[in-house]
Amino acid sequence: MDFSNRYILGFSLALCLICATAVSALHESVVEKQKANAILDKQINILRVAGLLDSETTPSQSEVDVMFEDVDAKVINQATGDTLHDQNPWQYNALKAAKASTSGVDASELPSGPRALAKQIQVKRLPKSLIVYEVQKPGKECLVLPIWGNGLWSLLQGFVAIDLSGNRVIGITFFSHKETAGLGGEIDNPEWKAQWPGKILFKDGAVAATVVKKGAVKDPTIQVDGIAGATITSLAVGRSVHLWLGESGYGPFLNKLQEVTP
Amino acid sequence: MKQATRQLLLDPLHLQNPITLQVLGICSALAITTTVETALLMCGALTFVLVCSNTIVSLIRNLIPGSVRIITQLAIISSLVMIADEILQAYFYSLAKELTVFVGLIVTNCIVMGRAEAFAMANPPLRSALDGLANSMGYNLVLIGVGLIRELFGTGKVLGYSIFPDGYEPNGLMVLSPGAFLIIGIFIWIQRSISPEMNEDS
Repeated sequence: MDFSNRYILGFSLALCLICATAVSALHESVVEKQKANAILDKQINILRVAGLLDSETTPSQSEVDVMFEDVDAKVINQATGDTLHDQNPWQYNALKAAKASTSGVDASELPSGPRALAKQIQVKRLPKSLIVYEVQKPGKECLVLPIWGNGLWSLLQGFVAIDLSGNRVIGITFFSHKETAGLGGEIDNPEWKAQWPGKILFKDGAVAATVVKKGAVKDPTIQVDGIAGATITSLAVGRSVHLWLGESGYGPFLNKLQEVTP
Repeated sequence: MKQATRQLLLDPLHLQNPITLQVLGICSALAITTTVETALLMCGALTFVLVCSNTIVSLIRNLIPGSVRIITQLAIISSLVMIADEILQAYFYSLAKELTVFVGLIVTNCIVMGRAEAFAMANPPLRSALDGLANSMGYNLVLIGVGLIRELFGTGKVLGYSIFPDGYEPNGLMVLSPGAFLIIGIFIWIQRSISPEMNEDS
């Protein structure tokens, strides 16, 4: 069958319009539910990384709300480590804040150490205020700190849980990434994450806990073995920990904490 | 049932199985069959996309200009995949997170495009829908079979329920992609032993 060029153009245009309308209409109708899912998922990840919840059970929103009575969140000033009481931590989005000129800084303005790290994990801007989750459940007290950085394909967003003295890692988890399943995606593997608890965070005033290439662990008190076939993703995890726990991340806050609780 | 309809429905399950005979859709068959649960979700998504895309393409097959037919099919398929992805994210969030990339990859699943181009472009809507359904069942059969074997021997469980006693040592190969390759290979071998007509002439 022969079609005129005009028909083909009109047909393509109509097709695009219909497809786009259908997809956007559906998106609009479910986007609120998706957002609620994402928040719940984030909360569950905080509970899991802090050891309040095992990885098998997936609680409902109301169960999570009860568990979150033991979790206090606050926004802190990155440079001074002081708590900012005028910010609502449940609404503050550090990743978004980093992008704005008033609430974020460009990575090129950082001291050379963090600047190099930020470049390696392609973090272009850092926020001036950060979120800290304080888990106050007796016997499980810890701090849960959001971290992020780019792996091979995507932004890895996760949490690292550390003890109150800021000396040891309690756990690490990523709630959002799009790394290759089976390779970089193995950062979600419980066996890999199980290497993290107990790692010493700081040595000689600098962040020590890190990830090395698969099979290159020399000091198991600070080094985590990378994932075979996913060196870039593995190293990005270690670099994210370094960047965010260092002087341009939670460093000032953690130092302050140590002064109060020697 | 008429002979033609029966063939339409049954051939994709065995003699013309999209995975084991045509060896299409292997990427997802390897990647998401580590557990039955993810395999089932993928089956649901693919069935939805394949049946709908076949029906829609068939409905408008006489309106589609030959010069832009492939991109037209692709636009329809990718819209359907996005719809499937949105629904999964709204109602099966934690599972959808494990599947993210692979749901998107249904767009490039050769089975979908293959059926649209080879069947729906030349057949009426009802027959095309049935063809889509039958082909996705052929795909689902293999996927669930592979998922069942991998989860059972890889973790000792099926759908999270323990099947083997506690002392069972999980077989690590089953969890990795090569395990799926082996199982699909064995499926193909069994099928061709039962029906020698599936063998190509050498």
